Amino acid sequence: MIRFILLQNRQGKTRLAKYYVPLEDSEKHKVEYEVHRLVVNRDPKFTNFVEFRTHKVIYRRYAGLFFSLCVDITDNELAYLECIHLFVEILDHFFSNVCELDLVFNFHKVLVYLILDEFILAGELQETSKRAIIERMGELEKLE
Amino acid sequence: MNPFSSGTRLRDMIRAIRACKTAAEERAVVRKECAAIRAAINENDQDYRHRNLAKLMFIHMLGYPTHFGQMECLKLIASPGFPEKRIGYLGLMLLLDERQEVLMLVTNSVKQDLNHTNQYIVGLALCALGNICSAEMARDLAPEVERLLQFRDPNIRKKAALCSIRIIKKVPDLAENFINPVAALLKEKHHGVLITGIQLCTDLCKVSPEALEYFRKKCTDGLVRTLRDLVNSPYAPEYDIAGITDPFLHIRLLKLLRVLGQGDADASDAMNDILAQVATKTESNKNAGNAILYECVETIMSIEDNGGLRVLAINILGRFLSNRDNNIRYVALNMLMRAITVDAQAVQRHRATILECVKDSDASIRKRALELVYLLVNESNVKPLTKELVDYLEVSDQDFKGDLTAKICSIIEKFSPEKIWYIDQMLKVLTEAGNFVKDEVWHALVVVISNASDLHGYTVRALFRALQTTAEQESLVRVAVWCIGEYGDLLVNNAGMLNVEDPITVTESDAVDVVESAIKRHASDLTTKSMALIALLKLSSRFPSCSGRIKDIVVQHKGSLVLELQQRSLEFNSIIEKHQNIRSALVERMPVLDEASFGGRRASSLPNTVSTSNGTAVKLPNGVAKSSAAPLVDLLDLSDDVPAPSSSGGDFLQDLLGVDLAPATQSGTSQAPKAGTDVLLDLLSIGSNPAQDNSVSTPDILSSAQDHKPAIASLDVLAAPSNMMDLLDGFAPAPPKPANNGPAYPSIVAFESSSLRLTFNFSKQPGNPQTTTISGTFTNLSSNVFTDFVFQAAVPKFLQLHLDPASGNSLPASGNGTITQSLKVTNSQHGKKPLVMRLRIAYKVDGKDVLEEGQINNFPRDL
Repeated sequence: MIRFILLQNRQGKTRLAKYYVPLEDSEKHKVEYEVHRLVVNRDPKFTNFVEFRTHKVIYRRYAGLFFSLCVDITDNELAYLECIHLFVEILDHFFSNVCELDLVFNFHKVLVYLILDEFILAGELQETSKRAIIERMGELEKLE
Repeated sequence: MNPFSSGTRLRDMIRAIRACKTAAEERAVVRKECAAIRAAINENDQDYRHRNLAKLMFIHMLGYPTHFGQMECLKLIASPGFPEKRIGYLGLMLLLDERQEVLMLVTNSVKQDLNHTNQYIVGLALCALGNICSAEMARDLAPEVERLLQFRDPNIRKKAALCSIRIIKKVPDLAENFINPVAALLKEKHHGVLITGIQLCTDLCKVSPEALEYFRKKCTDGLVRTLRDLVNSPYAPEYDIAGITDPFLHIRLLKLLRVLGQGDADASDAMNDILAQVATKTESNKNAGNAILYECVETIMSIEDNGGLRVLAINILGRFLSNRDNNIRYVALNMLMRAITVDAQAVQRHRATILECVKDSDASIRKRALELVYLLVNESNVKPLTKELVDYLEVSDQDFKGDLTAKICSIIEKFSPEKIWYIDQMLKVLTEAGNFVKDEVWHALVVVISNASDLHGYTVRALFRALQTTAEQESLVRVAVWCIGEYGDLLVNNAGMLNVEDPITVTESDAVDVVESAIKRHASDLTTKSMALIALLKLSSRFPSCSGRIKDIVVQHKGSLVLELQQRSLEFNSIIEKHQNIRSALVERMPVLDEASFGGRRASSLPNTVSTSNGTAVKLPNGVAKSSAAPLVDLLDLSDDVPAPSSSGGDFLQDLLGVDLAPATQSGTSQAPKAGTDVLLDLLSIGSNPAQDNSVSTPDILSSAQDHKPAIASLDVLAAPSNMMDLLDGFAPAPPKPANNGPAYPSIVAFESSSLRLTFNFSKQPGNPQTTTISGTFTNLSSNVFTDFVFQAAVPKFLQLHLDPASGNSLPASGNGTITQSLKVTNSQHGKKPLVMRLRIAYKVDGKDVLEEGQINNFPRDL
């Protein structure tokens, strides 16, 4: 199960945070700070998996953004790497060559959160087809 | 209507915030916006609620508190329109979590939305529910969600399935209701619904054993068929990733099969073919393929045994190990650790590759590989493996050295085939990384050395040689110094030469040189210096010709500011100068340290009676073992550093003095100087406010007397000085010391100062072992009368104390009369912890107030 998803930039600013476990606000900030510190210092040659408290964080860096997923210890890390990549591809499709600013400003159309909610729910994968998600987003847009 | 709030669009606010150059500026902007939003909320502003909440969410993401917006979410959710609901639900998921009570208010709205005609709204509700519902909400809304599992729209079915996962996690009792709908979901064709159904099924099986049984019987075949169809399916552009159709579905199916097949032979049989097919046909040049193979291997290792499949799995892991991608290697090492329990032989074949991984540049791979190597060691491969690891030790990183050293040491200890190999390897490790070697490890080495009597000569010569090359490693210096002290004569006489040795000429003064340099070394710490001092004492006896020179060295520390060194220096000097007749007896070879009892003691710190040979217990005419000074001195020397030998020395001492000295358990070196200093402080400032002098240590001792082993160690070492008192101030009237194996509860002198003595006599009621009645007798040793005599005592939490009134409060001088007072102590940790008590005695002498404080540590052990 995915416990939380974080998108952070190199400086540690959180661009997207979705938690599937209950945490106090102060705990959330602590977690975000720790994950950032953990992930930003790692050499690109190292593995994409880090142990974090009693779970593990699977992260990938895309340009200036770190996509971090915190999952249970027993989960398949390689699968979640694919998951991150699929998510990035979907975002890419929506924003055509997505960059960090897109995420910041289009947050208000809550597009990013909507996409995420179509992709992952309750900490588990909801839909594996890029096309299906994009179609659904299209339908939702029409309702706005 | 506040013009400001309607004016700023979200985009403008974001721009304004980003334009801020300092944190203070940003806070100001945010504060203004929050104020505007709060005003809008108060006015119940309908039109811009949507926008305000969006702003609020952005502000929340920046890290500012936004609780005032929670009710807004609720109002938005209750609105009829889709956009408002959407923002409301989003706000709900972001700003609230299941622990907030506000969430309950939303239950009704969510219920209505779950029944809405607009399926997008139903979707919104399911999404919110699945992400943050609480247990009560789950219970309330479970029937709705169940119904939606069969809704016509696959999107809703998907969401309902995942929502159900959360529901059964929160309320496991509801699991039964979902079994039947899930069985239907597993037959779906739509990938999205299928994968969510599978996930729900997996979680159901985890939560409910009945569900597990049901699915195992009914659905295993169906799932196997689904997987087969998936593996054989033609190219499907929608789900294709790296040439594989929907790897996520593959992986989920494999995981569910694992859950179903674990522990059940029939189910495992049914899946053997498909597992073999997946394992052999999946391409592994891309991450997606590797992910599937990884899951497949995990499944194979978890289900019931099938030899062929297991071999296949381990081969895949072997391939992973040689992959250049770090991720893959990491994953392989992880799996191999689990595979060892299943089939150790197969894993042994990959030993060489694993050894290579220990030297990898990535720290997490190194760590995993090292653990794996540790599991792989057995009697046949221990020598080459250790050689490799020790060679690597020389070139490894500093931060890795600690781990590596610890592992090497435990491998050496567990599997060493013969003592000489053990000693060799340990010497190598000490030479290379002595500073990382833990105390227990080199203590164990000393024990082994002392037991291998035929190797004494060899060892001491090897150590001598090692010290010539490098004297940087503290532990090496300590072990070497100890050995040279003990076996110096063997060193000089080249006794017991083994064939493999080169001859080496060492003169007596060379040996003394080495020990002297150990003392003089700037980097030597207290332990090393103390050990060196006693080694010098031993050498002065073994090499009489160097005695004068040794005396000079020892005397240099007479004025040392460290009390331990000062004490030793003075004592040893006095022994060398004035007590030559007993010197040789004092420093005879130490009795062989009993490995068995030492090993037992390391496992559990209960005192074992030690059957040591009485090598040093020469009973001398002046009674209470002056000879015990040697083991006692060694006790102080080694009990600071070498708990194990001293514990045998300690028990040994126990026999001599009949006093229960509990074995000093593992105390780190940092504890050692403190314990040493405490001993001396007690010794040299007997009775005069040790509480203040030991102010650092005594609170530690008492407060952590509960469960802190080093504290107990220092406690017990502190017990030693009460005997030391007798030894060194031989002139003090020795109160009747407990004789060898005296009455079960010998009386003790609890407290003694220059003017006051307190003796305790103990008795217990039969049948009530936890409670001891103590009768205390105060004697006035000075020539002044004490008036207003008050005695107070304090005990740690595990003891209960009851003080009876004293017989009087005036104590005549010079022991012409006594005051008696009775105490009752109940030890709730009877048998586990000895009694400990702090005293405070106040009285008046010639109208002046006097306060004496002390601590009693020499209670008999079994009170």
